[in-house]
Amino acid sequence: MHRRARGARVSAPLLKVEGLRKAYPGVVANDDVSFQIMPGEVHALLGENGAGKSTLVKMIYGLVRPDAGRMTLNGASYRPATPHAARASGVAMVFQHFSLFEALDVAENVALGMENPPPQRRLARRIREVSETYGLPLDPTRLVGELSAGERQRVEIVRCLLQDPKLLIMDEPTSVLTPQEVEILFETLRRLQAEGTSILYISHKLEEIRALCDEATILRLGQVVGVCDPKSTSAREMAELMVGSALHTPSRAARPPGEAVLEIGGLSMKSSNPFGTALRDVSLEVRAGEVVGIGGVAGNGQDELLAALSGEARSGAQTVRLNGQPVGNLGPNVRRRLGLLAAPEERLGHAAAPDMTLTENALLTGAVREGLVARGFLKWAAARGFAERIIADFDVRTPGPGNAARALSGGNLQKFVIGREILQRPICLVVNQPTWGVDASAAAAIRQALLDLAEGGAAVLVISQDLDELMEISDRFAALNEGRLSDPRPAQGLSVEEIGLMMGGAHDMEVAHVQG
Amino acid sequence: MIRLEKRPQPSRGWSYVTPVLAVLVTMVAGGALFAVLGKDPVLAIRTIFYDPLFGEFAWYFRGQLLVKAGPLILIAIGLSLGFRAGIWNIGAEGQYIIGAICGAAVGLALYPMEARWLVFPLMILAGVLGGLGWAMIPAILKTRFNTNEILVSLLLVYVAEQILASMALGLLRNPEGSGFPGSRNLSQYEAAANHELIAGTGMHWGVVAAFIAVIFAYVLLNRHMLGFQIRLTGQSPRAARFAGVRPNRLVLFCLGTAGALAGLAGMFEVSGPSGQITIDFNSGYGFTAIIVAFLGRLHPVGILLAGLLLALTYIGGEAAQSNLGLPAAAIQAFQGMLLFFLLAVDMLTNYRIRIGKSEVA
Repeated sequence: MHRRARGARVSAPLLKVEGLRKAYPGVVANDDVSFQIMPGEVHALLGENGAGKSTLVKMIYGLVRPDAGRMTLNGASYRPATPHAARASGVAMVFQHFSLFEALDVAENVALGMENPPPQRRLARRIREVSETYGLPLDPTRLVGELSAGERQRVEIVRCLLQDPKLLIMDEPTSVLTPQEVEILFETLRRLQAEGTSILYISHKLEEIRALCDEATILRLGQVVGVCDPKSTSAREMAELMVGSALHTPSRAARPPGEAVLEIGGLSMKSSNPFGTALRDVSLEVRAGEVVGIGGVAGNGQDELLAALSGEARSGAQTVRLNGQPVGNLGPNVRRRLGLLAAPEERLGHAAAPDMTLTENALLTGAVREGLVARGFLKWAAARGFAERIIADFDVRTPGPGNAARALSGGNLQKFVIGREILQRPICLVVNQPTWGVDASAAAAIRQALLDLAEGGAAVLVISQDLDELMEISDRFAALNEGRLSDPRPAQGLSVEEIGLMMGGAHDMEVAHVQG
Repeated sequence: MIRLEKRPQPSRGWSYVTPVLAVLVTMVAGGALFAVLGKDPVLAIRTIFYDPLFGEFAWYFRGQLLVKAGPLILIAIGLSLGFRAGIWNIGAEGQYIIGAICGAAVGLALYPMEARWLVFPLMILAGVLGGLGWAMIPAILKTRFNTNEILVSLLLVYVAEQILASMALGLLRNPEGSGFPGSRNLSQYEAAANHELIAGTGMHWGVVAAFIAVIFAYVLLNRHMLGFQIRLTGQSPRAARFAGVRPNRLVLFCLGTAGALAGLAGMFEVSGPSGQITIDFNSGYGFTAIIVAFLGRLHPVGILLAGLLLALTYIGGEAAQSNLGLPAAAIQAFQGMLLFFLLAVDMLTNYRIRIGKSEVA
């Protein structure tokens, strides 16, 4: 709506990057990267994990110094030595992972990121002004711990906007937002754009880039492989440029639903985390051969639901049933033995132990079903074999099973975590955020693996904040809102508005209305 | 500019080198300390590290080495299991005292029975149960009421010391001791004595138990599911819960094992080298064992070596006190330096030092 006509651009570029190169021992992260951003342009940076996007923006934001090449900002030479210098030059960045303190309120968090914070009251007023100007509803006095992911992102954005940036870098900003929140964000970005602020937008969601960006630079293996106008290029073409080969989209044959495998009935449970969300009367049935997707904004009970199903949190025996057998009061390993497996969202520290080797991490959940333990003693050779099988079958790129989990990239570790559960042939698999922060080809492989698992007759429950993903692989869809689960509905034919309403908690009215 | 860079994974080589490096740096810094005190630093270091092993009186000191190292190793092995799992038992000294009291009490109760096959094993059992029971207090308080095991176990040391004094003065006092505080001497009661097994070596049953504990801990940590769960819990408590570890059971096991081994050490001490329950029976083994555990990198073999090393500094330190007139506090400072430098150089395992232009990655 506030979009500028492309022909109107006559001014000089705001940021010009020429021949940027950065090498780390053993890997060239960026090689001869050149592109430019015009004032008021929304410029997309596309690429798989490891393509060099992060290194590139880190160089622009002064976190990393390039080995060669030069940058000019507004015609002047630009060599930020620190993020502080970058901010002083008018470059701001919103990171994918927020750096906020949950126990502090919004204004305090904003003040912590500022060089010379004004008094709290004036800062609060400024925050209110900025948030109103740009359509970012935010109460400066609320504790960050109580905010949703979308609201937390707003805190980060407002923190940047208070510095009046000329260039705003946004790293995967929509991965945690509902469709409605995405719309609010886009509205904000367009307003900023209309005021002449340039935006460097990093994402792997091609539809978003098509909706928002004026130009896209595509990176692969550290080099620029293409520049295109996203509005006139199809998402598929961009994806293929990004991946460098024809993209494999998950596919599946339609099949009749089987028997109910996982039954959740009237599950209510407090969260073990003081900032968590209690589950309230959650009921759901997942049938054999079916993928049920659970959407919802982060922090609405996803972690708690996973814990209740994995056995980390126990409830009444009858609230969770597997093939008719009550398992709600059983621990994780007993559930595993029965065939109910889970993969939590947090890869490092929850699904896997960062400092342990892949062999040890294979043992972490595989001990029971893979028979890696005999009378309490570990069978290291068997554990190693299991780890090797995961690495081979799921194309995990690592020198070997003796490597520590934290040495793997996010996508590779995620493939390992999901592969570890799938190779154990679950009757029912529950995964939370299976492709969070994972590059496009790894994400496609993981989704295909989940579909294949369902194809083989397992019940699959996917909790995710990526709606495209859920729409792509789910047979039925339900949404979590403040710990309540909406009634599941067939995923096919659901409109974005309907999904948004389900995620916003208005499903009851809606369903009553439709059925009444 | 010098800066630290995190290694992608901990360096194996450095984890072996750092303890040696820490010992060397301690020798240098300790030497400086002794020099400031007006002593010849080379002579002092030589008196502490070399003479007990190869000097004129080595025949005596070598035996002392195992006598001192035995309880240190035994206690440190137990502590290391908990430390690996993030369960901080600081009260081994108390468990050691209670183990000794219980073991001695059984021996004294059976005096003068001559059946060694009955008396000695019963004393061992009593020592184990005493230490175990004392350690169960912080364990159960932690699992039931989520109290802090560091504080509870530490404070129970002072309670145990009071009980020790009361025992030495009251219940366990030697009826033939003309009213002096202290129990009958168990090392002179044949059925209960923990004798030296091979003359001149210092090897007694407690040392044997320490060696067995080392092997047991090694197998547990490297080959057994429980050891895996201990390591997993220490590194990543959430992943451990996901893997089905029950944290409370682990607390009971780790504190219980540490308590049992400390109690065992106390019992072997009171029936052997020390011989009797006295007011000042405890000599800080329970606290020094914490240093031993960390100096040994919480690894059973490392603890074995660290126990021997620390025992050496004890013996050598005593020799330095009597021969060179070094104050006892200087020796304690020297031992403290060892832990301090170990923790300091430990960072080299996880970080590497880069010299050059700064860059934040």
